Amino acid sequence: MARHTLDARRLLCPLPVIRTQNAMKNLAPGDVLEVTATDPGVLQDIPAWCRINGHKVLSSCREAGEIHIEIEHGGADAP
Amino acid sequence: MLAVRVIQEQGIEVEGINFYTGFCVEGHTHAIRERDQKKPKRNNALWSAEQLGIKLHIEDISEEYKDVVLNPKHGYGANLNPCLDCKIFMVGKASLMINKAREHAADNGFDFIITGEVMGQRPNSQLKHKLPIIARESGADDRLLRPLSAKNMPKTLPEREGWVDREKLYGFSGRSRKPQFALAKQFGFTEWATPAGGCCFLTDENYSRKLADLWQARGERDYELDDIMLLKVGRHLRPAPHYKLIVAREDGENHFMMGYRKQFAHVMPLDHGGPFVLVDGKPTAEDLVFAARVSGRFGQGRERELLKFEITDASGVSRQVDVAPLKASEIPEGWYL
Repeated sequence: MARHTLDARRLLCPLPVIRTQNAMKNLAPGDVLEVTATDPGVLQDIPAWCRINGHKVLSSCREAGEIHIEIEHGGADAP
Repeated sequence: MLAVRVIQEQGIEVEGINFYTGFCVEGHTHAIRERDQKKPKRNNALWSAEQLGIKLHIEDISEEYKDVVLNPKHGYGANLNPCLDCKIFMVGKASLMINKAREHAADNGFDFIITGEVMGQRPNSQLKHKLPIIARESGADDRLLRPLSAKNMPKTLPEREGWVDREKLYGFSGRSRKPQFALAKQFGFTEWATPAGGCCFLTDENYSRKLADLWQARGERDYELDDIMLLKVGRHLRPAPHYKLIVAREDGENHFMMGYRKQFAHVMPLDHGGPFVLVDGKPTAEDLVFAARVSGRFGQGRERELLKFEITDASGVSRQVDVAPLKASEIPEGWYL
């Protein structure tokens, strides 16, 4: 299992979701991607995207204007 | 959602494609403006996909899409909305995606494209004689099926091949949405995304005017993603042809626009609450002082004699100034874009 990071700060939705989608394409099942974003919309959009595509949100938190979401690659045939 | 469910009802697997053009209304202003922060936010494409139980591919086409906006073969709608070219482009992209998928997965590829278009529902791109243009010019040809209006059109490949039962498709047409609401009720949908037309900034008169002004001021029809983002925020005033002011309207916009401070000359209030201002174009030193006076007009110190600002030019050099805020009467209506 490898950990990866994605800086999606200052991007407005859906760009953080698109960047997350593109990053997840290159990950292996079980790998974890930590996304940092500033658009509060990611708190709904990234978990929704994960539910649709079979990935798992391990944690999400918001501190000092930044949002951190950890996603585990679910091994699904993600788009 | 209806078109997808109609096809799913026939036991056919569907996946969604959502295109990001940069002009999408959804979410952006909510994300930026402080007063909208507490409003519930959702991405309608993701929400719809989840309701339907389908995968969703979200594609960033903002760079390629420039050519659609700048050079629409079929022209614009009421504003700078190139609706017909937009649909041709998007169906064309979808067509390329399914062709690629078919090449890479002979058994799991996609066979045809569906859209939720209804004949005659919207002006221009959904007119009866325009729908075949989308199929033809996108390259999708008869692999493009409109399940909600299919019975008004010639049979497509999936109907001829028997992949889809034409008898279970619909023949909706016209501006009334009553048949769609009835079908939604039949499917048990109690909520759906706002109807089309309100999802693209290019259909907005004010936005289109600001985009046209940008092209005129720069002497060329072009834009970057940051340009079209900034057209969505703030008051836009053009006191002179060579520069434009983008004046934040509230704290959320102040915060968002400050993210652009390294790319633009700007004005920051120092001793009072007031709007951050980005200055686009080629302002002189005097213009930047004037921008501070404009900011003063819209801030909490507008009744004071002097206000303190930090003004920073495009090269990043800053200085402090004390200026008198403008009076309302000193800002002509014609400056507002």
